[in-house]
Amino acid sequence: MMRSGLFACVALVTAGPALAQVTPPQEGVRVGITYQPGVRPGLLVLDGPGDVRLDSIRTILRRDLEYGDEFELITLPRNDTTELGVGSGPSGESVNYDLYAALGSDVTVRVRAGEPVTVYVYDVRTKTVRRELPVSVPPLHDPGFRMAVHRVADEVVRAVTGQAGVAATRFLFLQRGRIYRIDSDGADLEAVTPAGARTFSPSWSPSGRQAAYTEFHDQGGRLYVQDIEGGGRRAVGTTERGLNYTPVFAPDGRTLVFSRSDEGGTDVFTYDVERDCCIQRLTSGRFADNLSPTFSPDGRRIAFVSTRAGLPQIYAMSSDGTGQELFAPFDYGVTGSSNAPEWSPDGRNVAFHRDVGGSPQIFLMDVQSRTVRQLTSAGRNEDPTWAPDGRHLAFVSNRTGNRQIWVIDLETGRVRQVTRVGEARLPAWSGRMY
Amino acid sequence: MRLSIPLSLTIGAIVVAAAAACGGQPAPPPTPAIDSTAIRDSIARAEAARRAREDSIARARAETERLANERRAAEESARLTERVRGMIMELINFDFDKSNIRAGDAAILDRKIAILQANPTLTLTVTGHSDERGSDEYNLALGNRRALAAKEYMVNRGIAADRITTASRGEEQPLDALSTEDAWARNRRDEFAIAAGGQTLKAPAGM
Repeated sequence: MMRSGLFACVALVTAGPALAQVTPPQEGVRVGITYQPGVRPGLLVLDGPGDVRLDSIRTILRRDLEYGDEFELITLPRNDTTELGVGSGPSGESVNYDLYAALGSDVTVRVRAGEPVTVYVYDVRTKTVRRELPVSVPPLHDPGFRMAVHRVADEVVRAVTGQAGVAATRFLFLQRGRIYRIDSDGADLEAVTPAGARTFSPSWSPSGRQAAYTEFHDQGGRLYVQDIEGGGRRAVGTTERGLNYTPVFAPDGRTLVFSRSDEGGTDVFTYDVERDCCIQRLTSGRFADNLSPTFSPDGRRIAFVSTRAGLPQIYAMSSDGTGQELFAPFDYGVTGSSNAPEWSPDGRNVAFHRDVGGSPQIFLMDVQSRTVRQLTSAGRNEDPTWAPDGRHLAFVSNRTGNRQIWVIDLETGRVRQVTRVGEARLPAWSGRMY
Repeated sequence: MRLSIPLSLTIGAIVVAAAAACGGQPAPPPTPAIDSTAIRDSIARAEAARRAREDSIARARAETERLANERRAAEESARLTERVRGMIMELINFDFDKSNIRAGDAAILDRKIAILQANPTLTLTVTGHSDERGSDEYNLALGNRRALAAKEYMVNRGIAADRITTASRGEEQPLDALSTEDAWARNRRDEFAIAAGGQTLKAPAGM
């Protein structure tokens, strides 16, 4: 998906996605750049004087920005020793914007040695320094090194688009009954739960510091909230009985909503984990199962799965259980089972999977218009989970044989594989790790 | 006392000396008198001993036989318990995404009902399972419904509800890890396990 500098001039003339004047970045507002399918601003990350740590930073930045899908990365013949186009004159450093423009770059990123390391984001069209980021990156072999660089990549994206990237994020997922975490770029795989414990349905706390999940026991399954770093965990009250699963935090991090299967059927419950009290049943499942809840980002609505019309479909209700209604429209007797909804962080969409000819496929519903569209079609694609930018969606796909986590960029349609493990299921994408 | 001991020794010594001095025929050894009472006693004792011996052998033989019988009974009971246990463990299967008891599986549940009735302290756990095709989360709810279906069938036919607990593992514990129609059909099942009261099991009449 990279293009070489040779095509740059053509792209410059025909596409011309202009960067606007330097504007103070505002969260959630894209500044100056309009995205069109196939037309993305060109981005060049300059090489520099040989230094293993700086070179690692540049390599990780390039990959993060490539994975971020906002830019068309420009690759040049490798030269580790020169900072292309940066010269020093009597009035300090000079930057050869014309050269970058000729190479097809709309944005050029330079990692300058020093303490702290400084990352420059140059706006090539307006010939200005769009952002100068002093960054404190730990030593190369520090466990926090990669995540620190991911944060820099997210800031570069913010400097250009107004919204931070999603490189500094992680996934939780299930592999053969054990929960693991992995960084968004597929590095740093680590087990979260001990070997031998049979676990299920991991999810993140809003802070990204805790995981909630199910651990099976002889008669059912109990919910736990575990610290990602220390590993300490505590059981969620009232879940010692029955089979409790799909725990999901409310956006305020205080309430856990989950499914419980027992002799009364399967229903959605909430529990106040902060005060450790107040179990509340939101659905009544005498003749139907209700499960897989997900909060809207304002915490006021919950989408969930119900079998009240026969096959499982997507419903919604207020966070106190009132106002239950069908959410994602379907044709009775025609539309396949719909499951695993997750509300997007911007509140605009609900992603879920729906059976199409015997295989689950990823669907998106626009919350305003209630229109549904299908995103995938090859193989089994299931259990979607949103990146914090509301633009990227991860899901499980068996398109290469066994189940792995994949990411799709909803704006460009680009797809990449995240995990290469034995088997990955039930992914949960974290918020930004700051 | 000091006087009497030396005196008697002296008298004894005199008698011995006198006899030796006389010489002549030694006195004939005394013929032991036949004591018929003693003989009878001895015979009786021997007889008693023999009888005791025989009794003990008989007792041992009887004990051995009793133990053998007990063992046979225990083995028979264990065999029976094992057979009944086998009937309890017998799986039932389900159609894809369904939780209704299939007509052919009703007889399997009927046998379990008879066993529960013949063994009043027996309690069971039913665990519902699914194949891998449906949604992972939904499959837990489906397994739960399959377990509840078996329980409801038995409770409706006279088994106390508190004797059967239900659980679900969804698609998490397949019997057959293959992705074939046969494997899926085998994996869509209810498993039955003895929760308590299963040490010795009686077979219901006619089984």
